Amino acid sequence: MKEVKLFLGPQHPGMHGNYSVQMYVDGDIVKKARPTPGFLHRGFEKLMERRLWMGNLALIPRICVVEPDINEMVYAQGIEMLAKVEIPEKAHWIRMMILEMARLAIHIMGLGGIGGPTGLYTLTYWAIAQRDLILDLFEEITGARVYHMYIVPGGVRKQLPDGILEKLSELLDELEVKIPEYRELGLKHPIIHKRLKDNIMLPEDVVWEVGITGIGMRSATNKEYDLRKVQPYARYDQVEFDVPVANYSDALTRVNIKYKEIFQSIRILRQVIEKMPKEGEVRTKISTGSALRWKVPAGMVYSAIESSRGEYGYFIVSDGKEMPYRIAVRGASYPQGLLGIEKYLVDCRIDDASLWMDTMGVCSPEIDR
Amino acid sequence: MNERKSFFAPVKAWKYLLKKPVTIKKEDVFDNPREASDQYRGFHQNDWDKCIGCGTCASICPTNAISMVEIASLKIEDGKKNERPALDYGRCSFCALCVDICVSDSLKMTKEYVHLSKDIDSFYFIPDINGIHNTQEKQGYVRDETSELLDLERVKMAHEDVSRKNSFIEIVKGYSMEMALAESARCVECGICTATCPAHMNIPEYIRSIYENDLKGAVTHLYKTNPLSNVCGRICTHLCEGACSLAVRGEAISIRWLKRYIVDNTPIEDYEEAVLSFVTEPVNGKVGIVGSGPSGLSAAYYLRTLGYEVDVYEKRAIPGGVISYGGPEYRLPEASVQKDIGMIKKTGVNFITNTKVGTDITLEQLKEKYDAVFLGIGFSLSRPLNIPGSDHKNVEYAIPLLAETRDYLRGSSKMPDVHEKVVVIGGGNVAFDVARTLLRLQIEKYGKVNVAMASLENRDILPADLEELEEGEEEGIIGSFGYGPEEIVVENNKIVGLKVNKVISIFDEDKRFNPKYDKTDSYVIEATQVYISTGQMPEYDMITDDMKEKMEIVRGKIITGEYGQVENLPWLFAGGDIVRGPDIINGVANGHDSAYGIDLYLQSKNK
Repeated sequence: MKEVKLFLGPQHPGMHGNYSVQMYVDGDIVKKARPTPGFLHRGFEKLMERRLWMGNLALIPRICVVEPDINEMVYAQGIEMLAKVEIPEKAHWIRMMILEMARLAIHIMGLGGIGGPTGLYTLTYWAIAQRDLILDLFEEITGARVYHMYIVPGGVRKQLPDGILEKLSELLDELEVKIPEYRELGLKHPIIHKRLKDNIMLPEDVVWEVGITGIGMRSATNKEYDLRKVQPYARYDQVEFDVPVANYSDALTRVNIKYKEIFQSIRILRQVIEKMPKEGEVRTKISTGSALRWKVPAGMVYSAIESSRGEYGYFIVSDGKEMPYRIAVRGASYPQGLLGIEKYLVDCRIDDASLWMDTMGVCSPEIDR
Repeated sequence: MNERKSFFAPVKAWKYLLKKPVTIKKEDVFDNPREASDQYRGFHQNDWDKCIGCGTCASICPTNAISMVEIASLKIEDGKKNERPALDYGRCSFCALCVDICVSDSLKMTKEYVHLSKDIDSFYFIPDINGIHNTQEKQGYVRDETSELLDLERVKMAHEDVSRKNSFIEIVKGYSMEMALAESARCVECGICTATCPAHMNIPEYIRSIYENDLKGAVTHLYKTNPLSNVCGRICTHLCEGACSLAVRGEAISIRWLKRYIVDNTPIEDYEEAVLSFVTEPVNGKVGIVGSGPSGLSAAYYLRTLGYEVDVYEKRAIPGGVISYGGPEYRLPEASVQKDIGMIKKTGVNFITNTKVGTDITLEQLKEKYDAVFLGIGFSLSRPLNIPGSDHKNVEYAIPLLAETRDYLRGSSKMPDVHEKVVVIGGGNVAFDVARTLLRLQIEKYGKVNVAMASLENRDILPADLEELEEGEEEGIIGSFGYGPEEIVVENNKIVGLKVNKVISIFDEDKRFNPKYDKTDSYVIEATQVYISTGQMPEYDMITDDMKEKMEIVRGKIITGEYGQVENLPWLFAGGDIVRGPDIINGVANGHDSAYGIDLYLQSKNK
């Protein structure tokens, strides 16, 4: 039978961002898949070489829209490593709080996002509304809802506003009640269940072959590989949390792990509220002078943290001037989103292609940056 | 670990059918928008009264959304530009770095976040205090200590401790490379200093060169406008620092000490190459310069770089005028002065020393000999003080003492005759120079200090720099500030002291100099020698009467055209103290301007 070429994206409700996959299908089975990046290419890495160390802060959150804070964190952490600056204790805790709030936001959105490719939009609407409550808190802390620009080299940009920890605590209470409803509506739903269960498999050898990290790796290999545990940054070594794992990675397992991670984030946030120092500075200078002339000592560093999709890192090279010499972004979903699609989207049904993207954790802006 | 499916589980979601939706209604978005958080980064507002137009917001803006727009209705003042930031909201990313770096604390953000318009131009907007929709009260994101992006504290300059008074050692130690790099990194390159500096030095450019550790480039920038950078790096009046935009909220950049860092630390070969790089091919034209002070040297250098043949006449043995014979060694070491003069000599300027114009050669003769003449004779006389007893032989004046001391330290003259107990009249920087010079000579001669000062101005309005007052008192000067001299008490033909009265006011209602004293509060400061340092004045003995008739002299100063040209005497140019009053940087600026004026004049003459 003749193959038909179909486009998934760049404009497609089932596609994550303006990314495109050309699918050659036979009937409704994908026979060949060709990812076509470039529609979302904004040249972040090059732009960063032409911006001040501080000025880049306005740029980098845009590499990942839903979880922008990871960019700020890896960037700030890398600069601090190069400049050998130790940031104030309280800043570490605030950073951890911001990162976990961001993880909550993106996980809730991801969980609700299952509703898109499966046709149960109620779930998506819930998630968007729930996420907005987290964004409300972000707005109070940082002054913006989506692109926070709050984690800066040397600490965080401002002190926490009064009473924010209480508000966060209340929100966590609410989430603890609401999130289980997603499970009732979504994960237990007979149709969604059927679509996810034993479908879109991720075998262990593919994890090692392609280099998948994050939920994909943990769901397939039973390994508790989470940078927050194996290479703790901020103050993750001072809080207790579990890393959910599995040894059978179908779509349902991966969504399930995401669901469990939400509760681990809530657990971490509760400890942050309790243990965060009440007083203290939140920022130190990384360099002398005005921000127009901050210099970072020459050198290179790989700074990585655990994003919601896996290991997220920046390789930063400084030549000691007021702008970076080179920054390369290691997007967490790069392996599955570029290599994985080409090789393993094959034999998937057309209607499962979007679910494949979703549950594999493909974030196109960090691939096509 | 996976979920089991359940047919009934999803049905639980139906309960939300009966609940109120969480979404905001469409009408509310426009008519009753939700109020943003207290530090929301919305549209900008800018307090024009505070804004100085420095453009630092535009410099930091990562998206180039801010451009500086000239506002014709605003006045240009020292420390202020007539520009205000304009925002292009098509580019703005609302990062608020502009707010965090604002030097004047004028730029802030509001809670406003809705702007709908069919007029595309309304997205390009020059914010004022009212913000985009007249919502002044809805203030959002503001800068605070934590989000500060400027470095408001200067790198401290090291000074010699009080044992400095035992010699003429230079007091200010100078910046190390590390300190200079740190200090230069504070600059925001607004250029307000350049506008204020009389010589319009390229200050941001040379500070950037320091920051980039390109000292040769820095010297090049210095010599574009100032060939006396060694001198000005030490004793300039640094008006630039008063205008520095960082001084609005913090401490100004140490522009003077950074200049000194450049001249002290550039390798001499690089330095020379940079200075001589300006000298062009010789052109037809000879210029005579009267006086080798700052203005004369500056005019000589720039004329020489333009290719003219330049002769400089100096009445004393060493060129330099006030820089060789005025400033005390502990502020302005001989080596620095000689470096500046040496560089100017290297460009090919010819110095004719020990030749006083007016006696050894007349101005008329110079007129015949040269195509143009520049007059930079400075204020070379001390202003006399007429009080009873001031005609006594032990009453001395500031300028001769300072000159004699410089010669003494060079080894070309004997030590000035300093008594064991002296009093200095005056409260300016020169008076302190005199007092502190006397004090050092006393230590050398007698091993102890007894220097008193008396000035009309009290401590709060003392014309001298605060630094001079603090350091002088630390060295042992006893000041009677706010006490005016009434008479020099002479007994048996010997001075025994200076009688002073408390000053009530210095100027009368018409703002004329007319000091009033409280005669009940008066005492005698014991001294056997009195030094008067109450101002300087010019000596115009070389100018002939018919020349004087043609030119306009107002209160001792010659009135000139834009480029130093004396009206009615087109061949004569003047600059420095005799045009602008005593200040070295003014002299340098005048010299440079006159060089330009002379060039224009000679070009028009040769046509």
